[in-house]
Amino acid sequence: MSEAGSSHVDSSLAGELCRATGLNVAACYQCGKCSAGCPMAAEMPLAPHQMLRLAQLDAREKLLSDPSPWLCLTCETCTARCPNEVDPARLIDGLREIVFKRDPAAAPLRLRAFHQAFLHQIRSHGRVFEVGLIVGYKGRTGALFDDVLNAPAVLRRGKLALSPSNIEGREEVRRIFEACQQTAARKEARP
Amino acid sequence: MKLGYFPGCSLHSTAKEFDLSLKAVAGPLGVELEEIRDWSCCGSSSAHATDHLLSTALAARNLSLAEEQGLSRVMAPCAACFSRLATARHELAHDEAQARLVRPMLARSFKNAVEVQNVVALLQGLAGRIKATAKPLTGLRVACYYGCLLVRPPAIARFDDPEDPTSMEQVVAATGATAVKWSRRLDCCGAGFSLSRVGSVVRLGRAILEDAKASGAQAVVVACPMCHSNLDLRQSAMEARGASLGLPILFLTQLVGLALKLPPASLGFERHFVSAAGLLRAIAAPAALQLPAPRG
Repeated sequence: MSEAGSSHVDSSLAGELCRATGLNVAACYQCGKCSAGCPMAAEMPLAPHQMLRLAQLDAREKLLSDPSPWLCLTCETCTARCPNEVDPARLIDGLREIVFKRDPAAAPLRLRAFHQAFLHQIRSHGRVFEVGLIVGYKGRTGALFDDVLNAPAVLRRGKLALSPSNIEGREEVRRIFEACQQTAARKEARP
Repeated sequence: MKLGYFPGCSLHSTAKEFDLSLKAVAGPLGVELEEIRDWSCCGSSSAHATDHLLSTALAARNLSLAEEQGLSRVMAPCAACFSRLATARHELAHDEAQARLVRPMLARSFKNAVEVQNVVALLQGLAGRIKATAKPLTGLRVACYYGCLLVRPPAIARFDDPEDPTSMEQVVAATGATAVKWSRRLDCCGAGFSLSRVGSVVRLGRAILEDAKASGAQAVVVACPMCHSNLDLRQSAMEARGASLGLPILFLTQLVGLALKLPPASLGFERHFVSAAGLLRAIAAPAALQLPAPRG
């Protein structure tokens, strides 16, 4: 958007966020309404309006190495209430996407491991096989003895399938993953 | 009324009782559910948090399958699935650049012509029929919990008022039960942090359930499998400070099923962690509901 009609590519974080989301982080005037309603602000080192401010200031290192974007639950309260239609939830997704594609190790281990294990399930089966998700998550975090779930009680209630349900269109789903990876690689090479 | 049905992963596993109770009430209410053949995961939070294009394409695959099947509307009971399908539909209609990337990823033609609906909208539209058929659940007080994605973001959900919704209360009124007034019905339960950040889920869920309890509710009614598993499965951890909550978490379809006099066994109550047995006994009793008075 900002570089339309010019061959110049805006290499700032705001420019990168604009290419990822189509949104203009400069539109935020720091009223703080997003942070006031955010259920996770109390646990975030940077509240939502502070994340947007750092993006405006191009404080790339500080923002992209901070756990705060990963603590967003995408409850969309900020986006529903933003008086200037900045869409903080989508911008926070944009920050995560930038980190996840370039340097996933910068994301907090457990939250990153959950996403990786979850996506692995979709890619392998077309659907999420919960037992596989839990095993994949534990394997990635090493949290083998965490009380992740009271497994016997969950199984007794018939809440977990014992084998994955593989869809017929698995190959189609795998191709979607591959096409998205190729698109991301093209953008990285030629933003 | 024929309606496309997108169960999503949860309704085949952790929220099997949502699937069972939905199917149980569909027949008596004249709704024919046709499951999308070979549906895949909507992508959920893990796709949109890490690769937006992937989140749109995974959801679009399901919309294209529904279209191929000749369905004009798809109902997704899971609030997160509903939100992902509705987001993809919205963005592919308004973002031509993204649509140009996604279309070739789909193995079939795609016109983006399928409407996406949540289960509350479906039941709200059937409130008259529910009321006409119901044996009223008079005396039962429930807290309607919307959570996040049924009504937010408003441009995507295009459903009810994002700050002061009334649709679930309308369905509850049709069952003859009473919806209590309370504050935290739109707060987030912790959603996808159920495995990866349990402490946050417990903190958020405790505030929600303490408010519901203090408002005199005997049960909380939800319309999302993630809200259900957080508030039901994690409820004992939320009680750790000593105060007992003991609030059964019911799917809206289970409540409607009770009002339609369907046998509780067909609605999957035995799958809950917080037992609804006391509630069911009171509902079955001829006298008005004689439940232990709520605290406060």
